[in-house]
Amino acid sequence: MNALDVTLWVVAPYVALTVFVLGHIWRYRYDKFGWTTRSSQMYESRLLRIGSPLFHFGILVVLLGHIGGLVIPKNWTEAAGVSEHAYHLTAVVLGTVAGVCTVAGLAILVYRRRTVGPVFTATTRNDKLMYALLALTIALGLAATVVANVLGGGYDYRTTISPWFRSVFYLQPEGHLMAAAPILFKLHALSAMVLFAVWPFTRLVHMLTAPVGYLTRPYIVYRSRDDRAGSRPPRRGWEPAGRP
Amino acid sequence: MTRVMAQLAMVMNLDKCIGCHTCSVTCKQAWTNRAGTEYVWFNNVETRPGQGYPRTYEDQDKWKGGWELNRRGRLQLKAGGRLKKLLTIFANPLMPSIGDYYEPWTYDYDRLFSAPVTEDTPVARPRSLITGEPTKIKWSANWDDDLAGAPELAPADPVLRKVSDQVKLEFERAFMFYLPRICEHCLNPSCVASCPSGAMYKRSEDGIVLVDQDRCRGWRMCVTGCPYKKVYFNHRTGKAEKCTFCYPRVEVGIPTVCSETCVGRLRYIGLILYDADRVAEAASTPDEKALYEAQKSVMLDPRDPEVIAAARASGIPEDWLEAAENSPIHKLIFDYGVALPLHPEYRTMPMVWYIPPLSPVVDVLRETGHDGERAGNLFGAIDALRIPIGYLAELFSAGDPEPVRAVLRRLAAMRSYMRGINLAGERDESIPAAVGLEGDQIEEMYRLLAIAPYGERYVIPKAHAEQGARLEELATGCSLDYEGGPGMGGPFGEASGPPAPVAVENFHALKERQATDDLGRADELRGRVNLLNWDGKGTPDGLFPKRKDKS
Repeated sequence: MNALDVTLWVVAPYVALTVFVLGHIWRYRYDKFGWTTRSSQMYESRLLRIGSPLFHFGILVVLLGHIGGLVIPKNWTEAAGVSEHAYHLTAVVLGTVAGVCTVAGLAILVYRRRTVGPVFTATTRNDKLMYALLALTIALGLAATVVANVLGGGYDYRTTISPWFRSVFYLQPEGHLMAAAPILFKLHALSAMVLFAVWPFTRLVHMLTAPVGYLTRPYIVYRSRDDRAGSRPPRRGWEPAGRP
Repeated sequence: MTRVMAQLAMVMNLDKCIGCHTCSVTCKQAWTNRAGTEYVWFNNVETRPGQGYPRTYEDQDKWKGGWELNRRGRLQLKAGGRLKKLLTIFANPLMPSIGDYYEPWTYDYDRLFSAPVTEDTPVARPRSLITGEPTKIKWSANWDDDLAGAPELAPADPVLRKVSDQVKLEFERAFMFYLPRICEHCLNPSCVASCPSGAMYKRSEDGIVLVDQDRCRGWRMCVTGCPYKKVYFNHRTGKAEKCTFCYPRVEVGIPTVCSETCVGRLRYIGLILYDADRVAEAASTPDEKALYEAQKSVMLDPRDPEVIAAARASGIPEDWLEAAENSPIHKLIFDYGVALPLHPEYRTMPMVWYIPPLSPVVDVLRETGHDGERAGNLFGAIDALRIPIGYLAELFSAGDPEPVRAVLRRLAAMRSYMRGINLAGERDESIPAAVGLEGDQIEEMYRLLAIAPYGERYVIPKAHAEQGARLEELATGCSLDYEGGPGMGGPFGEASGPPAPVAVENFHALKERQATDDLGRADELRGRVNLLNWDGKGTPDGLFPKRKDKS
């Protein structure tokens, strides 16, 4: 394993993860006001109504697929009685369908963003960078799957990439596993790391505040002036006098 | 024990609205003159019949705002439950587009100066504030003002469509009135219930419904949820914004900007005490026409000793109880029974109520050559006229004409009873008796509706200093705890002591400037200059440091 491999598959993942975590904490503390989806539905909804659900539901299935493929070890699924062939078939079929949906949705959304005047005007440079990285990562991922499984004879990433992925979180990174992976998978992983590193500074932050709490909270929310922390909590040494 | 809560509420007397839009303009200047809110009017004035703003917002078959009862008779959001909301979060199918409001524009004013010398006068062409391109103005927030284009536009009025099967619309006999609208600050707000992030809330002290800008994530469900379409999406910041009931003003005891500047003095602000535990039950009343009475039953009598005791137990301060007792809102809803809620059938329990206009009835009488002030004529007309009454009933009582009729009869009674006193000096006690009031009550009601001064129209208790330790004014960390207000020096002479809240200071400075002959006097600011109110004329004391005399 040469120095480049160590940089790419051992150092880079930790850099990306650190920026991802600390970036979100920083953004949450200092830019809550900017933490939004920045929806453009006001301007245009005909294309959005097709493109957005297609992309979002697609990418959610892709996310589930990644969890299934990367996080769950191969011997667990085998212990559960899922044969390699069965796993492979489900992964390829489901992955391709979800991938195509995601790409189609993204294509519609990018087309909309470019052609609908108000939406294009509301697009920042930050958005453009984010779109480029997101599109690149998705395209590379889909290409890797298609090339390896549909055109090629199949590549079992669960014996190389997945252990590497998990090893990063065990804090015992096994970079050599990734160094031996096919080039498209490598590129996909690299672009994903860049995407994760810029993630906290883009509008993608809205994903982390997906409103799942809505399912359980009471409908009407009451808040008192008192327990509202305000935009700026009193600093140390400046607490109002006469309060317990 | 009932859980008593206080709610700041408003009543608008529609007979006095002249449709001048001063409330809308001053509100816009105060709150929505920013990029991203160009199309937003927290306060707007609609001409009825008309489509309203946004267009046909009252058509809930289309927009699905508010609540409905499900098969088991329980309240649910008309636009769908929690799961459905989350599943449609990526593209809200029920959200109005900018075209449903209007595309905001400005003019190419620079052309007027920069155009080369030509034969023709240069013109400033309209430009869209959304795209920046030249645009054609096709619609606005009050495009159908004063029934403009009514033969084509008014038939699309959702309220008119409901009554039009009764009577064919005849435009030569058209009636018209103005409907100023702000957020209803509902007791059962469907926008709050629709917010997936939990960023919208009802303030437990005064019931004002607000959006926490730091927690809003721009999911846009509140826009759908509000049947009055009074939550707006700031397309620049990606956050929801809405009428705030001017909370920085009411916290220091002064009325909202729209009320303060109302030319017709038709707005009333006061407290209502209500039983918070009974709201959901009342909003689930099966019969839509009974919702008006159901909402009244939730509100409590602030003079009832039991209510006062329960309110004390719920932590409502004494001066708030006193304000609730003197509330003009409570008088108008209960004592005189002339105020009605807007669209109670949405089941949100709105808290901005209206006194329906008698003028359409008077106008019809006058046009047919009858005396529009005589009680007998007015009562007869109120009973006979189906178009205006039916229309008002669709607005204010879910289509039940009886409450509207009762209110109009009381207004008519006041009109003719007071005419008797003023012109003939006689009190015809049969008139008040016919509408179930005493002569004295009619006179009190007349005083409140016609000549009540500022302090009687707006009974707004101040937010409490001990509660308000973290009021917005205090983001800087000062204390609200001050005595005597602006103008009072502290223990160490002028400019000592804690500073007055900015809103109070602005208010007094503005009043001073309006009333004084001198320019830029700022005595009451204790040596400091309030630049927000300095109009650029003269040099107020304290703007520059005093010159040292060389002698």
